[in-house]
Amino acid sequence: MDFLTLLQVLDTSVRLATPLLLACLAGLYSERSGVVDIGLEGKMLAAAFFAAAFAFYSGNAWVGLLAGVGASIVLSIIHGLASVTFRGNQLISGVAINFLAAGMTVLAAQSWFRQGGRTPPLEGAARFNPIELPFAIGPNDAAAAERPLSQLIAEAGPFQQFYSELISGHSILVYLALLTVPATWWLLFRTRFGLRLRAVGENPAAVDTAGISVVWLRYGAILICGILCGVAGAYLSSALQAGFVKDMTAGRGFIALAALIFAKWRPVYALWACLLFGLFQALELRPDIIENLTGMKVQVQLLGALPYILTVVILAGFVGKAIPPRASGEPYIKER
Amino acid sequence: MDKMPKWADIVLIPLISLLLAAFFSALVILAIGENPIEALNLMIDGALMRSAGWGYTLYYATNFIFTGLAVSVAFHARLFNIGGEGQAMLGGLGVALVCLYIPWPHWSLSILGASVGAALFGALWALIPAYLQAKRGSHIVITTIMFNFIAAALLNYVLVEMLRPVGAMDPASAKFPDATHLPSFQDMFSTAETPLFRGAPANVTFFLSLAACLLVWVLIWKTRLGYEIRAFGQSETAAKYAGISPVRITVIAMLISGALAGMMSVNTTMGESERLILNSTEGAGFIGIAVALMGRNHPFGVLLAAVLFGFLYQGGAELALWTSIPRELIVVIQALVILFTGALDNMVRHPLEKLFIALRRRNA
Repeated sequence: MDFLTLLQVLDTSVRLATPLLLACLAGLYSERSGVVDIGLEGKMLAAAFFAAAFAFYSGNAWVGLLAGVGASIVLSIIHGLASVTFRGNQLISGVAINFLAAGMTVLAAQSWFRQGGRTPPLEGAARFNPIELPFAIGPNDAAAAERPLSQLIAEAGPFQQFYSELISGHSILVYLALLTVPATWWLLFRTRFGLRLRAVGENPAAVDTAGISVVWLRYGAILICGILCGVAGAYLSSALQAGFVKDMTAGRGFIALAALIFAKWRPVYALWACLLFGLFQALELRPDIIENLTGMKVQVQLLGALPYILTVVILAGFVGKAIPPRASGEPYIKER
Repeated sequence: MDKMPKWADIVLIPLISLLLAAFFSALVILAIGENPIEALNLMIDGALMRSAGWGYTLYYATNFIFTGLAVSVAFHARLFNIGGEGQAMLGGLGVALVCLYIPWPHWSLSILGASVGAALFGALWALIPAYLQAKRGSHIVITTIMFNFIAAALLNYVLVEMLRPVGAMDPASAKFPDATHLPSFQDMFSTAETPLFRGAPANVTFFLSLAACLLVWVLIWKTRLGYEIRAFGQSETAAKYAGISPVRITVIAMLISGALAGMMSVNTTMGESERLILNSTEGAGFIGIAVALMGRNHPFGVLLAAVLFGFLYQGGAELALWTSIPRELIVVIQALVILFTGALDNMVRHPLEKLFIALRRRNA
């Protein structure tokens, strides 16, 4: 495999890792505060639909993003009502939210667009288009030279190839997602809010004793979770693809959950876990590369199942131990 | 201790939750510009007013009885088995192997063999998550979710690479031999003068699911093992103190749960498609969650809830056929039922408890 092919695979990995990363960090906030969220998938799906629908109506991808985030937040609040206010079963609530999103998106898409549960394709400013960083070779250079872009990049030096192919040319949401990692680290480990958030996931009674509201902290975390899932969904339908199709999240919410466990609920590890799982997804699309590399026929199904298998292995504690926040999954009941 | 009379807990709360779910479903139908009353009439017409409609309703109900029982047995041990879908997929593989590779002389024997195959494969698929939960403390919800995806990949692989007949395009096994054909309701109840259940897929497996209801009832409430499962579910520490092994109960409860989920495939794979196809489960494993919640984990409740969901499924198909309401409406209704009977249970329960306490004070 030559250098350029490697870059192409990594480039695809980054694109595919972005929604995983956003959803994974979303789950991180929620679970660090003690609220288990298996509804990431549903929130992403709802956001993907509303983002595509509103981007189509307005012709502006940012309007779509806002709508997607709004839809995701609504589902977050339902989850908050069920798991914080009414102290119900958080897992069951997550399951309900996944189904609610799976059904409602198709129902709404059919009712608004009548195209069999999809939105019309998005074009131009309705999508988040690739950003070309300074000095990178991009489509503009190709147009100026009147030659295909792939040829120009192939002729460039290795550093320029690396810069143009892998670093440049992503949509703004990709860079935003990458920035979310240090931001999350800072917020969780260097601010008062972060300290309290982590405390409420480990020992809510202590936080309560200190006179800080457990309910509001958890709602805060759930809200951040909703926003990040919303961005992840909007990225899916208006950056990675051009429009919403039925069930387009395709289990990404659960892969993100797997990555969260893989990363042991830490933001920087989450980045590596998501990039790894993104790489698996990229290789699933290009099985020929592994075949050339190893000389063996590779089962695509195995690659697709690898994130899940790895998560089970991690959960089994054979490769390090994944210990969730101690109070996660348990509703907090104030003693009377 | 008892804040409410028992009937309120068993009947009133599920009923109110169900009405809430129905109310919001009606709102959804209104929002997409259709008439909910007309939609309901259409569903009743299509699912309950003709024998063929009942044939479909009971066919779906058979699936949901198995998966609902699977979820509820695990719930009794306070385990949330969200992996019914994967266990049912593997159960389908068990059915297919039994039907394809053993020459059965008669259907009555083959259904027994297929049930054993389905239960065995389903139980095996639940064994690893159960073992990991019991021995290594890995959360069973996460592992069973992961196993659903692994099952889908595995089934895809087995169908495409191994069971697919040479030259066939679609990922499916060969057709099962004729001797494994299960009598459908049409075969059993139609006479020359009055054709009944024409073309409907309901088959003899329905009676198998009824037997499963009875067996689960006996198991949970009449046997020592069932007592241990319930005791473990009520309080793990108390159960431990009473000498009940948490590892043993976790593994056994999940094996039974997986076996029940797997047996759903006797109905779909052997009773309907008569070959193993890629998506034979169609989400029935997840509907088991709604069915178990609504049926309050009691086999009789599961039976009623399964028939209700069978009706919704068949009615939903009719709606998709005659109106512009897509089949996904059922997914929304299912979500609302899970939300109100499961997650938001306390929202209904707490005000009712207060009401009953207030009533009691006034009478006292």
